Amino acid sequence: MDFTIILQAGIASGTVLLFATLGELFSERAGVLNLGVEGMMLIGAMTAFSTTIATGNPWIGVLAAMLFAGLISQIHAFIVITLQADQVVSGLSLTFLGTGISLVLGEGLSKAGTVSLLPNFSIPLLTLIPIIGKIFFTDQSILVYIGYLLVPLSWYYINHTRPGLHLRAIGEYPSAADALGISVFRQRYFYVFVGGMLAGLAGATISLAVSPGWFSELTTGGQGWIAIGLVIFAQWDPIRAAVGAYAFGALRRLILDIQGPVLLLGFANPFYYNPYLGFFLQMLPYLFTVVVLVIGSREAMRKRIGAPAALGNPYVRGERGK
Amino acid sequence: MKKFLQSEWMSRLIDALLPVFATLAALIIGAVMLLFLGVNPIVAYKALWDGAFGSGNAFAETLVKATPLLLVGLGICISFRGDVINIGGEGQMIIGGILATWIGLTFTGLPGWLAITLALLAGFLGGAIWGGIPGYLKAYFNVNEILSTVMMNAIAVQIMNFMMRGPMLDPIQAAKASKIPQTARLIEAFRLARWSPTRLHLGVLIAVILAILVYILLWRTTLGYRIRAVGMNPLASRYAGIKVPRYIVMSLLLSGAFAGLAGAIQVYGVNYRMITDGSASGFTGNAGFNGIVAALFGQLHPLWSIPASILFGALLVGANQMQRVVQVPSALITALNGLVVVFVVSSEFLRRRRQRQRLAHAKMDDAPPDKTSQPAEASA
Repeated sequence: MDFTIILQAGIASGTVLLFATLGELFSERAGVLNLGVEGMMLIGAMTAFSTTIATGNPWIGVLAAMLFAGLISQIHAFIVITLQADQVVSGLSLTFLGTGISLVLGEGLSKAGTVSLLPNFSIPLLTLIPIIGKIFFTDQSILVYIGYLLVPLSWYYINHTRPGLHLRAIGEYPSAADALGISVFRQRYFYVFVGGMLAGLAGATISLAVSPGWFSELTTGGQGWIAIGLVIFAQWDPIRAAVGAYAFGALRRLILDIQGPVLLLGFANPFYYNPYLGFFLQMLPYLFTVVVLVIGSREAMRKRIGAPAALGNPYVRGERGK
Repeated sequence: MKKFLQSEWMSRLIDALLPVFATLAALIIGAVMLLFLGVNPIVAYKALWDGAFGSGNAFAETLVKATPLLLVGLGICISFRGDVINIGGEGQMIIGGILATWIGLTFTGLPGWLAITLALLAGFLGGAIWGGIPGYLKAYFNVNEILSTVMMNAIAVQIMNFMMRGPMLDPIQAAKASKIPQTARLIEAFRLARWSPTRLHLGVLIAVILAILVYILLWRTTLGYRIRAVGMNPLASRYAGIKVPRYIVMSLLLSGAFAGLAGAIQVYGVNYRMITDGSASGFTGNAGFNGIVAALFGQLHPLWSIPASILFGALLVGANQMQRVVQVPSALITALNGLVVVFVVSSEFLRRRRQRQRLAHAKMDDAPPDKTSQPAEASA
């Protein structure tokens, strides 16, 4: 068993989590908790796959996925920003809505066959670096490289640009931001839209690159929820989000691949097509998420940092308090 | 007319009817979606209605479907009022179902009533454990319960898959090559009584009685009072001497327990065995999620949750009929459920606004007439 191959595939599957996690991170930084990630990812995966079948062009598929998921996210935005309703309940209903819509529109899509996928390529020179070149820069989907770019860009945007400062302000102290002339409502709508588009991109990454196809709700298999967990682990920081997402991606691959070989490090592989241990292996990502949540939450308590202060609260102009 | 609309009585009526409007709005959007799919919505909704209420048997099926929704929903009423979000109904149902099935398959010598009682208690306990763990993690480690309960669902599914294929595999299936992942059937003495020829079982009655008990628990006992107090204001509760973490654990534990009981009743009233198709919904029929929808629709009130679960039970049963008649995927109902909640939470906004207006009117009526000062809005 070659671990570099597993890690290489793990980076690809981690890219799915990366997009979804970054999207949720933007939304939460703006003060809007969106629990509908799973639903938006399903919408994205279904839209990307069906659009690509219809048009033959995967890029149109990606674009459509991002737009449709972004559009769905605006339902949540309207309910929690304009109508000031409960973010948890609205996010949950978005999951139902997204799942339902994608299952209805995706009916029969699983038998649609193969589509033209997004291109895979290696980066010249960088691929020559031992181990790292093989894992990160050899024969990866173009979306993986987009993911690499997105992490530092997001970090820079949030921490070192003016709009990023505004983003943090509307999530931490919206009334102060409002007093400074930042349109809290409009900006929140925008970042929820960004979150939706990135969740859609995450879905498209599954159905057009990582594990091509449409397998109804198994397409995402709870990754949207893991992404929301990773945001907490990441302490709302894009760099940590990337670390978490890739680590989880690698874990997912490892669990799949460890059941293959007869020998493991020279010994008989206990996981070799062992259905009983297989179930426990499949449990691991979720168990790990719980562990990661415990670590993240403890760290947040210790360092007295945590969620954006206004996360989960509607902003009401002129109301006292936050 | 305006006076009439603003009267106390009228506004209360509108508040009570808001969920009905929300359902209608969701059905209208559903109709648009049906048109988009090239289906006549009237034909589709007719099939839906017939499937849910068209005959005595159809209505019985609706009630059977509503039972786990109500039980899960009762747990949701408790936890959401304690400001604890339990999304783990699916997993709690599974663990409850496994423990209850184990009782029934192990202690075959017991008299029926005792075995059923023990099994239902085991289901209650199993769900309580599966809900209690995230509760403990939230109370003492500050772990977000929404995420931990979702993860517990996925873990429970794998435990179920393992049990159905391993230790609890039906001996008959074990001997065959097919090895369908399911347990043996419960003996006849251990099955909940049925209103033959329908599948309506005693569990329906149990659920309704429990709804009344949960109402009493929440509004007539110290435990319920404290759970609600912690939900409304944890800080004030702490200053009042309530041990907040304990009641956070308690509300998730109880919430899980009711879901676990729902799982046990699914086994003892409907299927008589556990069988897995690899996903949670194969056993639960998504009741762990739809129960949340039902409880929210019932405004987190245990008694209002009864009609709410019947409504969603009807939608689910009717959806199957609709799928047969007009070939629309029954997942459309998942989308409709989401829409109903969307409209219910949105209508909260209208209610709040009208409440504010009422208060404002009341203030204006009470205030002494003052001709000199103008309302602030007039100058703006």
